[in-house]
Amino acid sequence: MNMHYELPLEEAGYSFGFLDEYAKKEVRRTILKAICIPGYQTPYASREMPMGRGFGTGGLQVTLALIGPDDTLKVIDQGSDDSVNAVNLRQFVQLTCPGVEVTEKQEEATLIQSRHRIPEVALTEAQVLVLQVPYPDPLVVVEPSEARRKIMHAEADYSRLLVKLYEDIVHFDEITISHRYPTRINRHYVIDPSPIPRWDVPKLDQSPALILLGAGREKKIYAVPPYTVAEPLVFDDVPFRVEDFRDARGERRACARCGATDSFLDEYCDDTNAKIYQCSDSAYCGGQLVLQQRETTA
Amino acid sequence: MSYVAIKGGKAAIDGAAAAAEFLRGDDDSGEPLKLSAIEYQLRLLTSRVVSEGGVYHPRLAALAIKQFQGDTLEAAFALRAYRSTKPRLLATPVQDSANMRCIRRISAAFKDIPGGQMIGPCYDYALRLLRLDLANENPEAFQAVARTFLAALPEADLPDSFPKVLDALRSEGLLPPVAESLGEPFDITREPLVFPVPRSAALATMARAETGSLLAMAYSNMRGYGDVHPTVAELRVGYIPVMAPHPVTGEPMEAGEVLVTECEVVAMYESGKTGSLPTFTLGYGACFGHNEVKAVSMAILDRSLQKGMRDGPGNPSEDPEFVLLHVDGVDSMGFASHYKMPHYVTFQSDMDRLRTTQGKARVADQAPHMEVKA
Repeated sequence: MNMHYELPLEEAGYSFGFLDEYAKKEVRRTILKAICIPGYQTPYASREMPMGRGFGTGGLQVTLALIGPDDTLKVIDQGSDDSVNAVNLRQFVQLTCPGVEVTEKQEEATLIQSRHRIPEVALTEAQVLVLQVPYPDPLVVVEPSEARRKIMHAEADYSRLLVKLYEDIVHFDEITISHRYPTRINRHYVIDPSPIPRWDVPKLDQSPALILLGAGREKKIYAVPPYTVAEPLVFDDVPFRVEDFRDARGERRACARCGATDSFLDEYCDDTNAKIYQCSDSAYCGGQLVLQQRETTA
Repeated sequence: MSYVAIKGGKAAIDGAAAAAEFLRGDDDSGEPLKLSAIEYQLRLLTSRVVSEGGVYHPRLAALAIKQFQGDTLEAAFALRAYRSTKPRLLATPVQDSANMRCIRRISAAFKDIPGGQMIGPCYDYALRLLRLDLANENPEAFQAVARTFLAALPEADLPDSFPKVLDALRSEGLLPPVAESLGEPFDITREPLVFPVPRSAALATMARAETGSLLAMAYSNMRGYGDVHPTVAELRVGYIPVMAPHPVTGEPMEAGEVLVTECEVVAMYESGKTGSLPTFTLGYGACFGHNEVKAVSMAILDRSLQKGMRDGPGNPSEDPEFVLLHVDGVDSMGFASHYKMPHYVTFQSDMDRLRTTQGKARVADQAPHMEVKA
């Protein structure tokens, strides 16, 4: 390059939503196709975003393609609005999408981007949930070749996945899949619902909100449209089970902060090194506390 | 009770950025790096970032190298993200590398190639002995380096371009004829790879692949997980004039030039189509910047992938999915890094499964004679 070349420093600004308009249009068209074929992993030319592959670039491209200045966005990671990655993604959207409101209150949000959790409170028809996806294909545990997996999906051939579940039961008397539980959408395609815990899988079924799943590195978008059947893969005689939060006496553990006994809990050690449990969904936990305060003052 | 879960994310991110920035500035000399110094004195580093970033902009590459303190993966990554903000304005027609203004071109196949061997700048025959005199190089001596070289340069009548070695082999009938163009090249920035992919998609993916990843895959083939056994017919480094249609007249015009490394390898011969003589087979590698290891690795992999696409893969380096989905530096480094992010929820879920399974195993241990449910 010319020795005397100077970088044009005044061109540092970005257009609304960071991506160029053609890219956003392409993502929107992919989303439409994904909604039309529930659970189908629709390929698209995923763009590089200014954060690492695996940090939510797929979800972020979906969010940026959909968001407009009249939207209100909530970003959560591990159930929390204040997690490092959630903060990072939210700041980036604020930087590149002037006019967009951000919120931590679920009921205020029109668009929710999340990693690893679906909020505890049911979503509404007016909301879109965007989930970040590291591995879009549930068949990857039994078949490494994408070309062969594509054929298996087309034929709805999930026999090898069922064999894996069966082998788990033979080895461990228990299905060992903890999260990313394979879930059948609209009675055809089985999806990887992203690394949500099993606790969140039932929330996919007949959800009033549109759920979009974006895998940036693997370049796929798929959808669970509103009011669509979503069934975890199970056997007739082995029911699907969510995480068990009962203590040794068989009693349901409660959140040490708000007392909820109906939420997904994270376990911690307190100052005395004793084990305590708290809600993973921080907005839900805060909401429960507010409700209790109102009750005591009333 | 306070929320122990995940709090203080913003302060943590800001603090991390400040600490990294401190290390960048923690230099007693007090001299910030000049972009031109990175671009020219660390030209091979810049080459690598330009090529892996997939944007030919050496000055921005130098900026990225400075910003990310010399991490090639991060610097290439920043260029890619910058690229995402730019629309694709046009596709250039096929560029002819015979027009390259070479700074170096060699052949391992023939001593006497048309136009002659031109060794140019390389470390191939350098003794890797540390030159301690560079430790405290005085600016005058440094400035004299280029002057002395240019003054000592003989009045050479070097041509502007050199003929391609492959053309000579082809005219002797040792290579297959040039295949008809199979139409528009595959643009990996606008289309996802859905296998099987055309060769142009494979070439484009490898052209911006991470150097070390390509090298590892190609090396596996060289060592025995494959049998390309290449001969470098020609390796050339130089500036290719980029021809683009004039926005008004549509006539091709030179829009600029790009530094490119190109490598063509010849591999063992194969029987031709029915009725034609057997010929050598070819592998092609090319990338932005001066990066010979990358171009050679790519040429070997192009050859092995062509075999895999035709006969089915016999080795990892012949498997298009295996090679093409694992050589991108931005994808692979991003995913390796993401494991450092909080995974509290999934790990909680993992513990639930393990404890449940352990519980069942304990019960089974304590009651060895209990009938196990079928």
